[in-house]
Amino acid sequence: MKARIKFSKTGSMRFIGHLDVMRYFQKAFRRADIALSYSQGFSPHQLMSFASPLGIGLSSDAEYLDIVLEDGEPIDDFVLRLNAVMNEEIRVKGMTVLKEDSKTSMAVLAACDYLITVKPGQQSFLMDRARRREAVERLLSRNTVDICKKTKRSEKIVDIKDNIYRIADERQEFEDFTGVSYGSLALDLSKYIPVLYLQLTAGSMVNIKPELVIEALSIQEGEKYDWLSYQIHRMEMYADLDAKKGEVHTLSSAVPCKLIPLSEYGKDDCIGR
Amino acid sequence: MRKLALSDEILLSVEKPARYIGGEINMIAKDPSEVAIRFCMCFPDVYEIGMSHLGIQILYDMLNLRKDIYCERVYSPWVDLDKIMREQGIPLFALESQQPVKNFDFLGITLQYEMCYTNILQVLDLSGIPLRSENRTLEDPFVIGGGPCAYNPEPIADFFDLFYIGEGETVYFELMDAYKEWKSLGADRISFLKMAAQIPGIYVPQFYKAEYYEDGTLAAFKKTVAETPERVQKQVERDMSDTFYPAKPLVPYIKVTQDRVVLEIQRGCIRGCRFCQAGMLYRPIRPRDLEFLKKRAEQMLHSTGHDEITLSSLSSSDYKELPELVYWLIDEFQGKGVNIALPSLRIDAFALDVMSKVQDVRKSSLTFAPEAGSQRMRDVINKGLTEESILKGAHDAFTGGWNRVKLYFMMGLPGEEWEDIEAIAVLSDQIAREYYTLPKEERNGKVNIVTSTSIFVPKPFTPFQWSPMISKEEAEEKRYFLLDKVKSQRNAKSIKYNCHDADVSELEGIFARGDRKLCDVILQAYRSGCIYDAWSEHFSYSKWEQAFSDHNVDMDFYLKRERREDELFPWDFIDIGVTKQFLFAEYQRAKEGQTTPNCRAECAGCGAMKFQCGVCVEGKEA
Repeated sequence: MKARIKFSKTGSMRFIGHLDVMRYFQKAFRRADIALSYSQGFSPHQLMSFASPLGIGLSSDAEYLDIVLEDGEPIDDFVLRLNAVMNEEIRVKGMTVLKEDSKTSMAVLAACDYLITVKPGQQSFLMDRARRREAVERLLSRNTVDICKKTKRSEKIVDIKDNIYRIADERQEFEDFTGVSYGSLALDLSKYIPVLYLQLTAGSMVNIKPELVIEALSIQEGEKYDWLSYQIHRMEMYADLDAKKGEVHTLSSAVPCKLIPLSEYGKDDCIGR
Repeated sequence: MRKLALSDEILLSVEKPARYIGGEINMIAKDPSEVAIRFCMCFPDVYEIGMSHLGIQILYDMLNLRKDIYCERVYSPWVDLDKIMREQGIPLFALESQQPVKNFDFLGITLQYEMCYTNILQVLDLSGIPLRSENRTLEDPFVIGGGPCAYNPEPIADFFDLFYIGEGETVYFELMDAYKEWKSLGADRISFLKMAAQIPGIYVPQFYKAEYYEDGTLAAFKKTVAETPERVQKQVERDMSDTFYPAKPLVPYIKVTQDRVVLEIQRGCIRGCRFCQAGMLYRPIRPRDLEFLKKRAEQMLHSTGHDEITLSSLSSSDYKELPELVYWLIDEFQGKGVNIALPSLRIDAFALDVMSKVQDVRKSSLTFAPEAGSQRMRDVINKGLTEESILKGAHDAFTGGWNRVKLYFMMGLPGEEWEDIEAIAVLSDQIAREYYTLPKEERNGKVNIVTSTSIFVPKPFTPFQWSPMISKEEAEEKRYFLLDKVKSQRNAKSIKYNCHDADVSELEGIFARGDRKLCDVILQAYRSGCIYDAWSEHFSYSKWEQAFSDHNVDMDFYLKRERREDELFPWDFIDIGVTKQFLFAEYQRAKEGQTTPNCRAECAGCGAMKFQCGVCVEGKEA
């Protein structure tokens, strides 16, 4: 039985890397006596995959993990049982049973929502509301937003303008656009000051890191970009219902994106959530 | 949300920040303000090494059972964070509360190998605790050492207030109670040390004075206060099935060296290998009850979620109910995706059967530790392993489908001749030849043999404590000789030869049998920048050489002498049960190439009988 888990990751768990989170879940399932299906062979491992690795230091309210449960595994109190053996800073928020033919999160991921905040004690030009509105408007009026994208192997200039699906400076405006109600976040907003909401292209074809947008804004405004000033919080991940395999729809594509949160994608409606 | 000692900025700039955040699954959380005693347990090496150590897990669990004690942990910050902490004046903190170590009542440091000595100073220094015991005040924790290197604590005596000699399960609570009593009195530090010194197993170095002859050897080792005993009695947990053992071990977030459940099936060893310190220190062998082990295995796998369990002991094959335990583990857990690891197994029919069930024969290798190449040398070291049994084991393994073999040997053993070194190459080749006695269709490709040699380091409380250690030059010469011999074997292409670093072994040799004169040398080496000496990329032989020469301490004094029978050793004030007379008799038997039977075959009268437990009383109860 295929299933998808949504979880949050905050606090000190921000410093645990992606592979270690995978190991963490493997052990958590065993502690909770939740039977996952194993791969074959002499060193069998649990069948699981993440939608998208979260960079070290980032926090999130919407990480997705696909798993395969053994047939007959009870799902009623699944979330409760799992949370009972988990750390306070990684919490399971929900579980969706998927259709047997559904694709993995990793394969269908098309976009992510991010909240950009300024860390306690840090300063940023984006904290000034008028200033950030101006900056956002200026960014949106540009034809191109070129930025240097660095990977371990290379550096190249890319235009990310089309990949910024939405940039908003107020939550309500952002929620109206995405159609998602985010509820209370795992990030303490009395300490972290929210400045921007972003929806960006994500996935295995094109993946735009939110840092690039802040950096582009900083360069545009003639401000120094200090990545340590910002706490980036992932809020949601989406699949694109209209995208075919290998296709990425951006703002300038003929076909617009039809995004749906990963928790809704491939859901088996015959079985309750 | 847990408050961390380090800022995001620092955590994001160092390698593996998870080393410093604590909060692991099964971590004990208490309110530090509500306990009477704060104990910080330290393994002076990097997190991944320290977290793999069973002893700390046992003591952590044991101390935290008491409501009035909060035991936390600290490890050596890696060199990247070390630098930042020094630059920014950040005090070293415990992982649980993230609060400074200096505010604790005790700092307990486990001493697992000699090459961690400068890391002890690093931990003290970063904590802001004076490095020498004599400079500490009521503001500082009491620094207590324990573990195998505490059996010769003299090279680091100046840095510790106390040492716990022996197994931690016995008198820690007594020591903690003494501390509470002392605290209520409001007395000075010395008063507590005097109270502690009266607890069996506790050694307070400042209450003893060493006197030396002109040649540098020890003339006398005298106690200077009335309260202390003449000799310190090693502590032994007599009942291994009715004692502390964690049901909920800590589960680290990052991959550590020992990333699995560790089940200590017995303590001690019956074999009596003459080079082996653990074999003498932990006498007598004490097995744990099968039912105790089954229960703990179940609890630990469930509470950790680990996907592997390993049996731990010096020689697992000597655990009488091993087949029963292992087959039970396989039946119970293998279907649940749990891997079963079996180190320290003698290769025999049972071992091969079990291993074929728990590992992929084609991918795994088998390990043999003949320790010496020639039968003569194996008799000298009392390694009860014949060439015949090694070759038979190899043959059976090859028949079972294995084609990779790892062989471990020592170089520089007492009385070693060139032909004994050559015999290492010959034995490696014989094992390869054994493989080719199999019909071609039964072979699984080529045979692959990895032969490794380490340099023998004579250790205190072994029959070889009188023996000189091989020099670096000699070790180099032997290494090239062996390499040459390996190359001239028929199956040279199938044999890969690895050798251990001679510089590090030399220092290990000095510290192992060192005395208090070395405290100044270690301090200077640390001051000149030595830390993480066990890590070859950080080890600087030249800095150590400088430190020795600056203090006029002659390395050869510790390394090259054969000690007189009646020489007083710096560690002689410790009573481990096994007597010096027995060890010397064993040394003589070694020289004559005579073997001594194992404890179960025949009692050799080593002295461990005084503890009245384990193999010494086996079959004698009622």
